[in-house]
Amino acid sequence: MTVKLRRIYAIFKARNLEFLRDRASLSWNLILPVALIFGLSFTFSNDRDSYTVGVLQSDTKIETAVHPFLETHYINFVAYDDIDIAMQKIARHQLDLLVKFGDTPKYWINPESSKAYFVEIALLQSELPTVNIIEKQQIEGVSVRYADWLLPGILGMNMMFSCLFGVGYVVVRYRKNGFLKRLRATPLTSFEFIAAQVASRMVLILLISTFIYTGTHFILDTRMEGSYFTLFLIAVVGAISLISLGLVVSARVTSEELAGGLLNLINWPMMMLSGVWFTLEGAPETVRTAASIFPLTHILNSARSVMLDGATLGDVAPSLLALIVMSIVFLAIGARIFRWEQY
Amino acid sequence: MNSCNCCVAPLALAGDDTIRYPYSMTIALEARNILKHYPGVRAVDGVSFSVPEGICFGLLGPNGAGKTTTVEIIEGVTPATSGEVLYYGEIAGSKFRQEAGIQFQNTALQDFITVRETIEMFRTLYDRQADFDELLERCSLRDLLDRDNRKLSGGQRQRLLLAVALVNRPRLIFLDEPTTGLDPQARRNFWDLLQDIRAGGSTILLTTHYMDEAEVLCDEIAIIDAGKIIAQDSPAALLQKQYDGLIIELPISDLTNNLSGIEHTVLDNLGIIEVVTTDVAESLKALTPHVSNLNQIKIRQPNLEDLFLDLTGHSLRA
Repeated sequence: MTVKLRRIYAIFKARNLEFLRDRASLSWNLILPVALIFGLSFTFSNDRDSYTVGVLQSDTKIETAVHPFLETHYINFVAYDDIDIAMQKIARHQLDLLVKFGDTPKYWINPESSKAYFVEIALLQSELPTVNIIEKQQIEGVSVRYADWLLPGILGMNMMFSCLFGVGYVVVRYRKNGFLKRLRATPLTSFEFIAAQVASRMVLILLISTFIYTGTHFILDTRMEGSYFTLFLIAVVGAISLISLGLVVSARVTSEELAGGLLNLINWPMMMLSGVWFTLEGAPETVRTAASIFPLTHILNSARSVMLDGATLGDVAPSLLALIVMSIVFLAIGARIFRWEQY
Repeated sequence: MNSCNCCVAPLALAGDDTIRYPYSMTIALEARNILKHYPGVRAVDGVSFSVPEGICFGLLGPNGAGKTTTVEIIEGVTPATSGEVLYYGEIAGSKFRQEAGIQFQNTALQDFITVRETIEMFRTLYDRQADFDELLERCSLRDLLDRDNRKLSGGQRQRLLLAVALVNRPRLIFLDEPTTGLDPQARRNFWDLLQDIRAGGSTILLTTHYMDEAEVLCDEIAIIDAGKIIAQDSPAALLQKQYDGLIIELPISDLTNNLSGIEHTVLDNLGIIEVVTTDVAESLKALTPHVSNLNQIKIRQPNLEDLFLDLTGHSLRA
């Protein structure tokens, strides 16, 4: 069977029209993310309400016996082995203080941060006998607002829902109501059908994401440190990986209820563990490792590092690679187990 | 018995008693020993037949007889347990996909898409494309072009599905119960349309459980029951083989005593008895003493409905 672009385009076009004319779904796709960003960024505009201190050490587990400061209540201690990353967090007000114990104890704070002021007092209090030995260094930088941090999360989450449900659910519906069977009776190949679905959803979700990003960026003046090209690339590769995942789920399922259940089984852990709403720093290593199997984790990590920290294409290459590998695996599985018919 | 392996082309007598052209020597479609087993069920149990080019071939049977499964296996949308399908002598493949037009029994179309867009989309999927205007004219869809698929009536929808089946100027057309659910007027219009399509030289494979439809449209029929073909020929030949004469029909309630000595069939569910006869006058004379009221007696030609009842013992719409 030869692949015909003409056939892919015919299915692509009809699917786009079907989506764009379904006003109710379309407005839901646009309104929900915007409402979430505005609602949440105003609700949580007061920033985090706990204190977070970075501990510079190679080990990921923090031993409280090392220093009495590490026993301080109401402070969340997170281990960092990369000083550059930790210092960037101080600059962005995402960490209140960074401390290193050992032979040459040292700490870093951002003088602009009010929380840093209190955490510093706590440190110096606990440091009484060695108060003069510990070295202090200041790092300057403007705070990252929750809105800045949340925007990539919401865009990613919207993309996840749109790709998984917009492809997975729709393919199952087509199969159940016999539309797939009708297409099967034409010269259209399964590859052409799948390609059209991927292309249609990708174009639509990129347009929607661009629309949401632009609106939010102009109204809330969100931070963009890196290049738009890199961000766009992350969005494209990320969307393909999520759509492919949706296709795997929908490759055989014939009931919308089952498809909905399976999709939620993927959606919810992904939404919770990929860092849409809160950062996983400080979460147990096992949780963070588990989260790295989700495409969304890689999408959000790389998008945030581009938007907030100005990461370059080279910096996010490992995440992009992970997403590409996932896409290939999902597409291969999806194409292999895909079925047109209902039984 | 079976005239399907048409090396010698028979003359087909159609239901309207006109003599049609002899069948083509070319076999458009051949099904060979098709089997479809589901756990515990033999849905299709060794069905074989061939369809000469240019005829309308009817596959008849009650609901659940295996008609749709058979046809969907031939169409390539349902995998068979075993058996093969030949299209112009070759295993049905990509040529078949390009040249066959299919109308399924139930097909959902995309929501929010208009009639025009639906036809255009399906048309683009084929290398050989029907003329758009001709298609509209033929299926009377011109006034509905910009209507959303969801807003079509039953008859309009059937016409659109037929148009979709014709977008590639098919050489072979499958129609699976195309008139089920249509009102009598819409059914008649659909028949005219099919006659017109056949006149264009296409081969048609039609499944139906309407006997009148098969009698009007089909050159040859195969009656399928419990997954097997139980009779196959032209409608007229089948009737001729089964019935020698006419049928006299009268209500059971009009009988004064039992009809001993007269061969008859009792159809309890219809409340009538039937007597097949070659000599109507003689039979009426014999019946008269047993009947209280002669006004309700009907004398008619046997039809496929009778044939089916006699062959399978149950009604086609059972």
